[in-house]
Amino acid sequence: MTDAAEPVPAAAVAPDAAPLRRTLAAVFDAAADAWRLIVVGVPYLWLLLFFLAPFLIIVKISVALSEIAQPPYTALWQWTEDGALQLRLYFSNFAFLLEDPLYIVGYLNALKIAGISTVLCLVAAYPIAYAIARSGHTARNVLLLLVILPFWTSFLLRIYAWMGILNKQGLINNVLTFFGIIDQPIEMMYTDFAVYLGIVYSYLPFMVLPIYVNLEKMDVSLVEAAMDLGSRRWRVFLDVTLPLSVPGIVAGALLVFIPATGEYVIPALLGSPSSPMIGRVLFDEFYANRDWPVAAAVATVLLVLLVAPILMFQHYQMRQAEADR
Amino acid sequence: MRHGRSAFLTVWLGAGLVFLYGPILLMMAYSFNASRLATVWGGFSTKWYGELFKNKLVIDAALLSLEIAAVSATLATILGTMAGLALARFGRFRGRMLFAGMITAPLVMPEVITGLSLLLLFVALEQAIGWPAGRGMMTITIAHVTFSMAYVAVVVQSRLTLLDETLEEAAMDLGSRPLRVLFDITLPLIAPAMVSGWLLAFTLSLDDLVIATFTSGPGATTLPMVIFSKVRLGLTPDINALATIIIVAVTLVVVTATIVSNRLQVRRLAGARS
Repeated sequence: MTDAAEPVPAAAVAPDAAPLRRTLAAVFDAAADAWRLIVVGVPYLWLLLFFLAPFLIIVKISVALSEIAQPPYTALWQWTEDGALQLRLYFSNFAFLLEDPLYIVGYLNALKIAGISTVLCLVAAYPIAYAIARSGHTARNVLLLLVILPFWTSFLLRIYAWMGILNKQGLINNVLTFFGIIDQPIEMMYTDFAVYLGIVYSYLPFMVLPIYVNLEKMDVSLVEAAMDLGSRRWRVFLDVTLPLSVPGIVAGALLVFIPATGEYVIPALLGSPSSPMIGRVLFDEFYANRDWPVAAAVATVLLVLLVAPILMFQHYQMRQAEADR
Repeated sequence: MRHGRSAFLTVWLGAGLVFLYGPILLMMAYSFNASRLATVWGGFSTKWYGELFKNKLVIDAALLSLEIAAVSATLATILGTMAGLALARFGRFRGRMLFAGMITAPLVMPEVITGLSLLLLFVALEQAIGWPAGRGMMTITIAHVTFSMAYVAVVVQSRLTLLDETLEEAAMDLGSRPLRVLFDITLPLIAPAMVSGWLLAFTLSLDDLVIATFTSGPGATTLPMVIFSKVRLGLTPDINALATIIIVAVTLVVVTATIVSNRLQVRRLAGARS
């Protein structure tokens, strides 16, 4: 397909090459069209099949009943004996989610923990992003790499690293006991505190980056104008810089909040088993109880809860892409 | 942004870096601890590394994970680059909104939802058309391609929107065919983005626990699954050793790639100026 230049000799030899050239041009235009179709079509089909279709299947199975069979749920439709097509929808899974407090508490826990972690993350990340944006060119690149690097290294292992610190015989308890500040080890593992810490720790780069990108692009003249007008530093920050950085804050907050709501690894390793987040409930429902339809219903409700933030994230993401043009 | 940080910002930044790196460095230090107990320093030792390399379960899982990561990163880079090109250069086309939505959603979608939904798809497909027969390496690879191609697409797309379109337009005006322009101009320009996209996809795949657990079958145990099952039972010193190896390897690759791509960029800028 790269040999677009090859047919030139033919055109040079033949005196009545015009029709031929026109034909070839048409062929190449068609090839370019086909190429465009391939470039869009292949990833499009892949995503339709492996990203969109699975959600429809989740919704479909959430209205089935658990059954001892392969696969372990009832079919959506079946032929009755007199040849009619019967559609079978059971909403009992959703009713079950409402009845058992485990699920409601799981959703509320997840929203609460993800929400508070997002705020903590923002408080920790904003000054970091601001400090990087105000550094010199070389320092900025190094600092940026330092903040992004943990994101590249294993998430699971970084959570594991905290287990050695928060443990009853871990670093914090050891140090505090050594200095005589405490005489009983503090229970930090398997608490909500550990989960907050784990989420803030793991998701911090996701919050720093969008805020940094926003601050870096910010129009300096506005800040300088405010300074020239005699505003105090803090006033300038609160009145000019902070409001202008709202898009970065929103993008970062959504990048933390949405995945944190469904988080499984952090609550499973650091959290308390008695008040699990919904991600852990879903995982256990599937693997311990082997109830696929209830697990699908749990996932469907989680998805419904997250639709608004996800759409908001996409809105910001697309606006960002437009703004870059 | 103007230069100069206040003392407050510098202290906060330092604290942030200590927070990010302290636990990792501590874990690496403990990997050389002769004592099994994390509380006691039993002297310097590399015995946990030796123990690690004798553990066939860990080695097999690591090899499987590397294989899945390499294959899925390569596929994700191809598909993600196509998607990034389409979004950045094709203007408006039918179904663009849905396409853009399906590219950004995997970036934030909770893993439990992605994992469960893909598993249910594989089960339904197997029941309907007999493919994929069972679950294992291939289904994990497909799952990893699906979420990591989104990351590649975003990296490529943002690189393309930053790039000047005039170079491509000039080549078009000079009569180059769209395909020539793609291979001679566009792809070389976005090659750094493709490389970092590939690396990103590779590490995301290497690191994934939840989606791999859902989409795996008997016999296909990846490294994160082994780590998770060991870690759940408590602290194990050989995991410290494994973590140290992984973190050092990833850090070396990422830092080298960043330095090389920065150098290339500087050289290209210098070349453009002269």
